[in-house]
Amino acid sequence: MAQDTETVQPARPFDPRLYQIASLSTLLLYGLLWLHFDVSPWQIVITIGTALLTQYAGTRYCHLPAFDLRSPLISSLSLCLLLRTEHLSVAALAAFIATGSKFVIRWKNKHVFNPTNLALVVMLSGGLGWISAGQWGQVAWFGFLVACLGSLVVTRAARADVTLAFLGLYVGLLFTRAVWQGDPFTIPLHQIESGALLIFAFFMISDPKTTPDSKAGRIIFALLVALVSLYVQFGLFRPNGPLWGLITCAPLVPFIDYLIPGARYDWSRPSSGHAPAAAFIPVLVPLSMSQQRRFS
Amino acid sequence: MSSQDRDPLRFHHKHAGDANLGAHPPAAGSLHRAGCEDGWAGWRQDLHVRLRVFLVFPLMFLIGSFALNSEASAFCGFYVGKADTKLFNKASEVVIARHDNKTVITMANDFKGDVKEFAMVVPVPAVLAQDQIHVGNPAILKHLADYSAPRLVEYFDENPCRRYALEERSMDALKSSMAPAAAGSIERPRALGVTIEAQYLVGEYDILILSAKESAGLETWLTENGYKIPHGASSVLHSYLKQGMKFFVAKVNLGEQSKLGLTHLRPLQIAFESPKFMLPIRLGTVNADGAQELFIYFLTKRGRVETTNYRTVRLPEAQEIPLYVKDKFGDFYRDLFAQQVTRENERGVFMEYAWDMNWCDPCAANPLSTAELRELGVFWQEQAGRMGTGQAQNVFLTRLHVRYDAAHFPEDLMFQEISDRSNFQARYILRHPWTGQDECPAATAYRQQLRERYEREAQTLSTLTGWNIGDIRKAMHIETAFVPAEKKWYQTLWGN
Repeated sequence: MAQDTETVQPARPFDPRLYQIASLSTLLLYGLLWLHFDVSPWQIVITIGTALLTQYAGTRYCHLPAFDLRSPLISSLSLCLLLRTEHLSVAALAAFIATGSKFVIRWKNKHVFNPTNLALVVMLSGGLGWISAGQWGQVAWFGFLVACLGSLVVTRAARADVTLAFLGLYVGLLFTRAVWQGDPFTIPLHQIESGALLIFAFFMISDPKTTPDSKAGRIIFALLVALVSLYVQFGLFRPNGPLWGLITCAPLVPFIDYLIPGARYDWSRPSSGHAPAAAFIPVLVPLSMSQQRRFS
Repeated sequence: MSSQDRDPLRFHHKHAGDANLGAHPPAAGSLHRAGCEDGWAGWRQDLHVRLRVFLVFPLMFLIGSFALNSEASAFCGFYVGKADTKLFNKASEVVIARHDNKTVITMANDFKGDVKEFAMVVPVPAVLAQDQIHVGNPAILKHLADYSAPRLVEYFDENPCRRYALEERSMDALKSSMAPAAAGSIERPRALGVTIEAQYLVGEYDILILSAKESAGLETWLTENGYKIPHGASSVLHSYLKQGMKFFVAKVNLGEQSKLGLTHLRPLQIAFESPKFMLPIRLGTVNADGAQELFIYFLTKRGRVETTNYRTVRLPEAQEIPLYVKDKFGDFYRDLFAQQVTRENERGVFMEYAWDMNWCDPCAANPLSTAELRELGVFWQEQAGRMGTGQAQNVFLTRLHVRYDAAHFPEDLMFQEISDRSNFQARYILRHPWTGQDECPAATAYRQQLRERYEREAQTLSTLTGWNIGDIRKAMHIETAFVPAEKKWYQTLWGN
């Protein structure tokens, strides 16, 4: 969800992050009012507040031209939806790690870890919080699925490849496992009925700023993440497989980028990073040289 | 063997009795330990009818003398009765004690038929040695069930004319009370691809640990050996075999049973180490004769347990309900549960209790002793010292209740232990009105509010249970209850 702070572009098209913020907020509201998520209003305020403050501090510290609240909003809303904790300080720490990591853990002007993913993994490993993946119920899951598919339309499917490749392999292997075990298809269908999986597939792994630049690289990356996720789930018998899958594979991104280079993503010009890349590279390189560093 | 007796986690229960509503002596803990978070909500709801609680039962007077005040502030109310697990038909009870992959599962049943008919088939992650199998004490399980049962409590309204004078003192007392206290031949199975990995006699049970190459052979073997396998079980057995699981099969050894002089079946316990934190329920869903009832008690070190692949839902609690429910708390709770199951589209796993094993408030039964907990598999708890008492328990109890069938619970239950140690109890409140004759402006206001309160309680009861609101009002005698008819506006206009 780390989304980039960009310099002002003329005739800017609709920013897909606004759509993402709207769908995450609606879901959070539904979760609070109908599903009674174990999230206090204070936790939400503190998570969002800390993320915005960290983003502001990072913007100042790195002398970025503009303070962009969209990226930290998406990170913090996702944290509110997924992270459960008894302590407000943990919520604040998670938001700080998520947003702060974008400014600190970087490789070739790209951050390495998806902010929300990193924060969640740190909290889970430290035993500070947990994820209630099964808390959504069918209605919320289906509604959110529709919203997520909508986001593909909004982003003009520019980076849908990584989401689709991940979901294709992950869901495909779940069904294959069911066939192999002679299970009814209600079991894999039930297994994918997880809100955390949707947030993961449509908001985390799809983050253009932490996935490989080239289309081929992204598909390889997504397949790797899917395999590790399934191993964690069915080999190690641990919940939240995809989160562990992504955090394990994220350090491979610079390596994949080195092997299969592509064009860097620009939120104002959603692109697949593939065919047009050759045309954009000469333009983008001098632009980025003249601009401040970008953080997202 | 009847069709209900074959699967691992379901057993007959034909006696659905009412809740035990008798006066139950509370533990001392109920008096000196308060901290019922939801109690705050109740206080906030109606500042005008702030309650002070008086001792209810003679026994409580005795224990009350040990508390700080003679008028103990039992923040969570005084215990009236509980909802037994026996209220529910076809109920099984399972206790899972787990820490660091080390797991002890206690499986209890209240099988009432001919013991010759009893059989149990449970998928287990590994071949178990004889000393990993144990026969438990049903009384301890009963104690655990009682300790964690949904409960009815009561408060008594005080004289509103005295209230304002005492209000401040009452709040101080409240704050101070918030501080915490403390087989067959070898050839035949081989031909069917079934391996008898181990065979034991444990207590009154004949136990087999089976592995198999394929489910059809296993099914044939089980059928040939007198285990009636329901139609459709084969595919489920197949699935477990593919997951590398073995089968723990238990039958009653009649000779041993009569030698031991037992008339009932004792719970079976197995201890093993596995990263899988799950409960196989799919064999229990094979029979299509309605939903199964399952109570799962988790004993853990860190915090509560929740399902990762289904919604874990807290039951509505701390609700004020009409006084007449006191005599039918069993019916109330059964209908409340059914209503909640429907509300969650029959896909919810319900939390009935989550509490630190050191205390309770109010107590439906005393917390379990260290020895009892060890018996249930709490291996991390040190043995009681020479004195045997006074040791703090490092055990958190979560009680989940699930009504499941194949359509709504296709997958086995998967769990995770989380760091949440906040307490929860399914607790329902009776508030006795003050019926004194004193007259003062506060008393007049109080009597007027009572009518609204009764209506609110009626609505709550109807929402919780789905009972007809008209019947509830009739049962409450709302029209004639305690409250004098309200005067018309003009009757008070000129003071007449």
